[in-house]
Amino acid sequence: MADSLSVRTILLVNGEEKTVTFRYADILLDVLRYQLGLTGAKPGCLNGDCGACTVNINGVAQKSCLTLAVEAIDKEILTIEGMNAPIQGAFVDHFAFQCGYCTPGFIMNCHSLLNQRENPSDQEITKWLESNICRCTGYMEIENAVKSILLQQK
Amino acid sequence: MSSNDFEYYRPSSIMEAVQLFEDLHSKGKNPIYYSGGTEIITLGRLNVVKTGAVIDIKNIPDCQVLKIQQRLLITGAANTLTNIEEVNLFPLLSKTVSEIADRTARNKITVGGNVCGQIFYREAVLPFLLTDSQMVIAGRKGNKTVSINQIFHQKLQLENGEFLVQLVTDQNYLHQPFFTIKKRRQWNTGYPLITVAALKVDGIIRIAISGLTTFPFRSQQMEEILNNSGHSLDIRIDHALDALNVPPLDDSEGTFRYRLFVLKNTLRDVFYQLEGEEPNHG
Repeated sequence: MADSLSVRTILLVNGEEKTVTFRYADILLDVLRYQLGLTGAKPGCLNGDCGACTVNINGVAQKSCLTLAVEAIDKEILTIEGMNAPIQGAFVDHFAFQCGYCTPGFIMNCHSLLNQRENPSDQEITKWLESNICRCTGYMEIENAVKSILLQQK
Repeated sequence: MSSNDFEYYRPSSIMEAVQLFEDLHSKGKNPIYYSGGTEIITLGRLNVVKTGAVIDIKNIPDCQVLKIQQRLLITGAANTLTNIEEVNLFPLLSKTVSEIADRTARNKITVGGNVCGQIFYREAVLPFLLTDSQMVIAGRKGNKTVSINQIFHQKLQLENGEFLVQLVTDQNYLHQPFFTIKKRRQWNTGYPLITVAALKVDGIIRIAISGLTTFPFRSQQMEEILNNSGHSLDIRIDHALDALNVPPLDDSEGTFRYRLFVLKNTLRDVFYQLEGEEPNHG
């Protein structure tokens, strides 16, 4: 039940309208995970540093731990569960993950990069990938995955 | 998830926002204005920020403006740092904000939120300090436009119920020679150690600094010393550091000695970049 501290509303997630009730103080990450069962976005630092919780909102990569769920009303939310893009296969082909915890966040960020930049420089790719932290593999494989898609697009 | 419950409001005009604040304040709800909200969310999680109501100013058209009008750059407070960087009307500002946090975080952090933030770096203010910008502030008495030099002392001196709407910068400053650099202790990410922004106007180099002390600042006294060509660069830098009237930070990011060492080298870089001046170690 909604009151002055919470709202019952519809979120557009992965192309589907989802009716949810949440507190205004709730971050989007928690609503995705605990109300909608979309556990692809990961809680990491919960401080905006690690990028494991990255989702796309209206096509822009956003850290869902830094976003109130109420801010996402009337916007298109895309999580890893709703993704079907070549970058996912490229991560497999280029061994761009080990434990995989950070992978959904990286993929959402890379997807945003590939959609927003036709021909990013190496420096720009590096700069974008600084938004996400991986503790167990190198960034080289992830950069290679991104570049392989750029090559395909050419 | 914040344990602190709050109400949420999204006004569509300045007047509505100010009236909401008055109303919520009178009800004891300790309202705060919310723009990008990143700091409110992260500090809220730590119970450092507690509020009963947030007033999200992102939908207010005046806060979304980013344009040049009548030879003035108008920067709405709710512009994200990414938007400022990509529109790039003011290269010094674009470069300075492009070093704040990381790309994805900059998709959310707004220029007004950074300038008004509690975390002491507040690097986005440096270009506005260097250009003697004006700040448009809304409050219950209406809007007021105040020079940043009058209202930014360590932090933006807002009265209860006021919020930053826009920053206004004379177009003449936008394409002057500049140099801005952020020094971190290690790697390309992580918290900053020192950020220095410099702008050369009429042959004089203006300098603003973040990360040296608990607040960003521009010191006229330091600028006068640094621009006094009667001495070698190294001597001027030493004298300028002697003129610091607040103690440098001494924390886990860097001791005060290390910070001063980094600042000294960074000031050398500034003068080398803008003047071609090599330090004279003699």
